[in-house]
Amino acid sequence: MSKRPPIQIGAQEDSLREAFGKALVKFAPNYKNVVVLDADVAGGTGTHHFRKAFPDRYYQFGIAEQNMMAVAGGLAATGLVPFVTTFAVFMLRAIEQARLSIAYPRMNVKLVASHPGLDVGPDGASAQCLEDLAAFRAIPEMVVLSPCDPLEIELATKAIIEYEGPVYMRSGRSPSINVLDENYSFEMGKGKILKDGNDVTIIGCGVTTARALKASDELEKEGISARVVNMSTLKPIDTNMIIQCAEETKCIVTAEDHNIHGGLGSAVAEAVVQNCHVPMEIVGVKDTFGESGEPDELAVKYGIDSNGIISAVKKLLDRKQ
Amino acid sequence: MKMNEETLQELARKARINSLYSIYCAKSGHPGGVLSSIEIIIYLFFKELRYKPENLYDMDRDRFILSKGHACPALYAVGAEAGIIEKTSLKGLRKLNHELQGHPHRGTTPWVEASTGSLGQGFSFGIGEALGFKHKKTDNRIYVLLGDGELQEGEVWEGAMFAGHHKLDNLCAIIDYNKLQSDDYNKNIMNIEPLVDKWKAFNWNVLEIDGHNYKEIENAFLQAKNTRGKPTVIIAHTLKGKGISYMEGSPDWHGSVKLSKEDLETALIDLGCDNETIKEYIHE
Repeated sequence: MSKRPPIQIGAQEDSLREAFGKALVKFAPNYKNVVVLDADVAGGTGTHHFRKAFPDRYYQFGIAEQNMMAVAGGLAATGLVPFVTTFAVFMLRAIEQARLSIAYPRMNVKLVASHPGLDVGPDGASAQCLEDLAAFRAIPEMVVLSPCDPLEIELATKAIIEYEGPVYMRSGRSPSINVLDENYSFEMGKGKILKDGNDVTIIGCGVTTARALKASDELEKEGISARVVNMSTLKPIDTNMIIQCAEETKCIVTAEDHNIHGGLGSAVAEAVVQNCHVPMEIVGVKDTFGESGEPDELAVKYGIDSNGIISAVKKLLDRKQ
Repeated sequence: MKMNEETLQELARKARINSLYSIYCAKSGHPGGVLSSIEIIIYLFFKELRYKPENLYDMDRDRFILSKGHACPALYAVGAEAGIIEKTSLKGLRKLNHELQGHPHRGTTPWVEASTGSLGQGFSFGIGEALGFKHKKTDNRIYVLLGDGELQEGEVWEGAMFAGHHKLDNLCAIIDYNKLQSDDYNKNIMNIEPLVDKWKAFNWNVLEIDGHNYKEIENAFLQAKNTRGKPTVIIAHTLKGKGISYMEGSPDWHGSVKLSKEDLETALIDLGCDNETIKEYIHE
């Protein structure tokens, strides 16, 4: 029987992980100190593009994330800019190495995690990381990003290469919608208003930014004017933007593909309670593990789809009045 | 040897005195594993490492990482002998607003190459430097000192496999094999033997020496430098609490413990201090 290659799932569609991998290839010629670290998941994280284009700048660690993470600290000590790439859950596996060998001595290392949230889909709960934003946000010196579409992750990739210090960035597994227009500019630490509105502000990041826009369009039909903010930097959070939205729309809904504890909702709430008193709703996975299923099905079941956001907006508008 | 053995022995004696003095001042620390590692660290700073005392951060320097971070009073005391830090600084160990943290930290003590204290990580960090210098095609050498109990961390074997696979012959690991860890003998906690076979199986060049014997230390480092295509591990047999009668071979002095006035006094007598010197060190 002749050998027949299997259908490759990861490489087919334009997911955030693929966009990240292509962005690395695009910028690598101008940033010669960038090296990529992989723990046998290059096909899944998008770094297979980099491995092919720059084989001498790609290092294979085998399935051993703890060593990979602390090695990245040492590589940075020689002046290189290491990109540690694996699934978000395996970033958690090596989080103590990220804390001591990267964040504490403030090494210039970038952690880029694919497979965040319920967006992972059929692999089920073991791979669906719903805790990473909370965990990495709690580490001092760590910048935390979750871009919303292929264009933004490309711009963010360039920005984090140029930024001197440790960064944790989520990519994404499933095919991604193009949310932003081609003139979008990414600025680390800044939220962006994608659609204006007066009754409520919906703040999203990653996959939920597109869902927030969809929710806003639906709400518009019912006469509710919902502003949409893309908050792709979770830390440092754009406090000024949050205060502005709180003052102008008097209430805020956040939406994330993450546990409701410790992620985007918590980050926004921290800014709100210390600066302005407006009611909030936090849309996210309600402190439970996921399960197998397609990302869209899971989003519906766990209430993090556009309908989940719409329900939260209506509940909030009742509280606001 | 430009510096003779007698001089090195005197440096080790002083480093033992000063590391115990710093632990005494700090009112906590890990004396046992400090004392077993002194000769190795002295040899590294006075004979082996290529660095410029006037420019400690020169990129061309060799690197030493104390992966068994709890033994940092030894590193600080040797640093003081080498003139990298002031001797008066040692009494600030573990104190608020002081550069000498309870475990090594690049941020407060930049000549310390890595922030360690969580076992296994310094080893990986050193592997990263070895890989980085290979990548940049420079000839810096990396030395990492590990504890024996540290070898129970899975990360060490992830790193060992990686360094063997990538043939990092610019890397030399040294194991301070004093046979004791926090609670008891290694063999009673979690047996780490057969150690030589383990490292060989991970494709390392393996040497075994007496870690208090300078001639053997010198020969081992020479062999490590002359080895191509493999990282080297030096299994250095040592004595926990070396030099102090009541500490030698006892797990009780692993730490973190407080040294009393009497403890320090007895230790200083063991280290050959006269009454005058003892008076200078002992204070309330």
